[in-house]
Amino acid sequence: MKEITFILNNEKRSVQVEPSETLLEVLRDKMGLKSPKCGCDRGDCGACVVLLNGKSVRSCLVLAIETAGMEIMTLEGISAKNLNALQEAFIAFNSFQCGYCAPGIIITVTELLTKNPKPDLEEIKEVLSGNLCRCTGYKPIFDAILDVTGKEVK
Amino acid sequence: MSITNDFEYYCPSSLDETVKLLEQLGEQAALLAGGTDLIVNIKDDLESPSAVIDIKRVSELRGLDIDKDKLFIGAKTTFTDILDSSVIKDNYLLLWESARAVASVGIRNRATLVGNICSAVPCMDSAPALLCYDAIVHTVSKTGKRDIPINDWFIAPRKTARKADELVVGVTVPLPSQKNSGCYIKLGRYGGEDLAQAGLGILIRADLEYRIAFTAVGPIPIRAQKIEELLKGKEIDQDLLKQAKELVAEEISPITDIRSTREYREHICRVMFERGLIVCQQRMNGEIINTVRILGG
Repeated sequence: MKEITFILNNEKRSVQVEPSETLLEVLRDKMGLKSPKCGCDRGDCGACVVLLNGKSVRSCLVLAIETAGMEIMTLEGISAKNLNALQEAFIAFNSFQCGYCAPGIIITVTELLTKNPKPDLEEIKEVLSGNLCRCTGYKPIFDAILDVTGKEVK
Repeated sequence: MSITNDFEYYCPSSLDETVKLLEQLGEQAALLAGGTDLIVNIKDDLESPSAVIDIKRVSELRGLDIDKDKLFIGAKTTFTDILDSSVIKDNYLLLWESARAVASVGIRNRATLVGNICSAVPCMDSAPALLCYDAIVHTVSKTGKRDIPINDWFIAPRKTARKADELVVGVTVPLPSQKNSGCYIKLGRYGGEDLAQAGLGILIRADLEYRIAFTAVGPIPIRAQKIEELLKGKEIDQDLLKQAKELVAEEISPITDIRSTREYREHICRVMFERGLIVCQQRMNGEIINTVRILGG
């Protein structure tokens, strides 16, 4: 076991980790954060996406020990006080049903909107191509994002 | 699935320290950059290292370095770094398009190009571009430095010219000396994580030199030398194109696997080759062509 310290959701935290533990396991099992989900556990589905130093990463493919001194943001940190506009739009457009993919999608889109506040539909599709959703057919997800960016939803 | 293999984690801060660790640990050590291949391999028991050496904090290892006649892609350079570079998009379009074909944004934010060529899985996206640009791989070890032409780099599936005690510090990509255009075409079943069923990079120069490289259709990515020799110095007409397409099956050696059959791969490589050449010619004439939709996906 080794103690590492990182900034988790704007708060300095320390935790004991084994070198073989993934960031996803540590976040869920040791830090009590349940928004990152374990789907495929091999980087294909996007359910475990968190922001690491501002960039979306698959936390199932990151060793926790690598993240010493880094900034990690999960959905819990993004909506610490209130739901943000993107989350409100997801509710308004019924953009999730079972909800398993929603945290990963919202984190991925959060990064996109930081880089480009006015993405077009093609860019949104490209960015979300690595986030699998098996409930919605994606249309309500794209609609919610377009609505948040001020684009007309057709 | 938790990782069941126990390993020591090392996080050296200097090149010297890293080279020493590699010398001591040799084949028991796995190098970790983005980890998008390594962690999956450890989970799948394809690799069981007793030591993992994280190279992300090695101060001498660089990211991208752009010079006027060449590009240095350091071991820390992620595919996102490549995509974010307008110089690469403007001058090395084939490389830029290959980076865009890699998985999805959450992978590209971590995965490095050097890691991609060290993993050397046969369906890798970055190889055709490096082969077409005649890239050089730079390694360092206790016994010294080596510069290895990319053509000699890939040996077999998941096997490269890298020795166990060597660290790849980066790849140099020379800027073609002539006006040129290029494209990368990947056939997958869907966007996002899908691996290539077939991949093709083409670079054509104003002096009618053609460079063509295939990936995912053989044990290692390869340059199509017979086709390149046939086309060299010639403008392409229907007759020449037909002859070149007949050579495609001789250049590649695809297998039937979970993603596709051998016969389909041979067929689609001919289709991709023809469409890729057209795209390159159109781009040479200044047209903007989006290759993502070139196969109708």
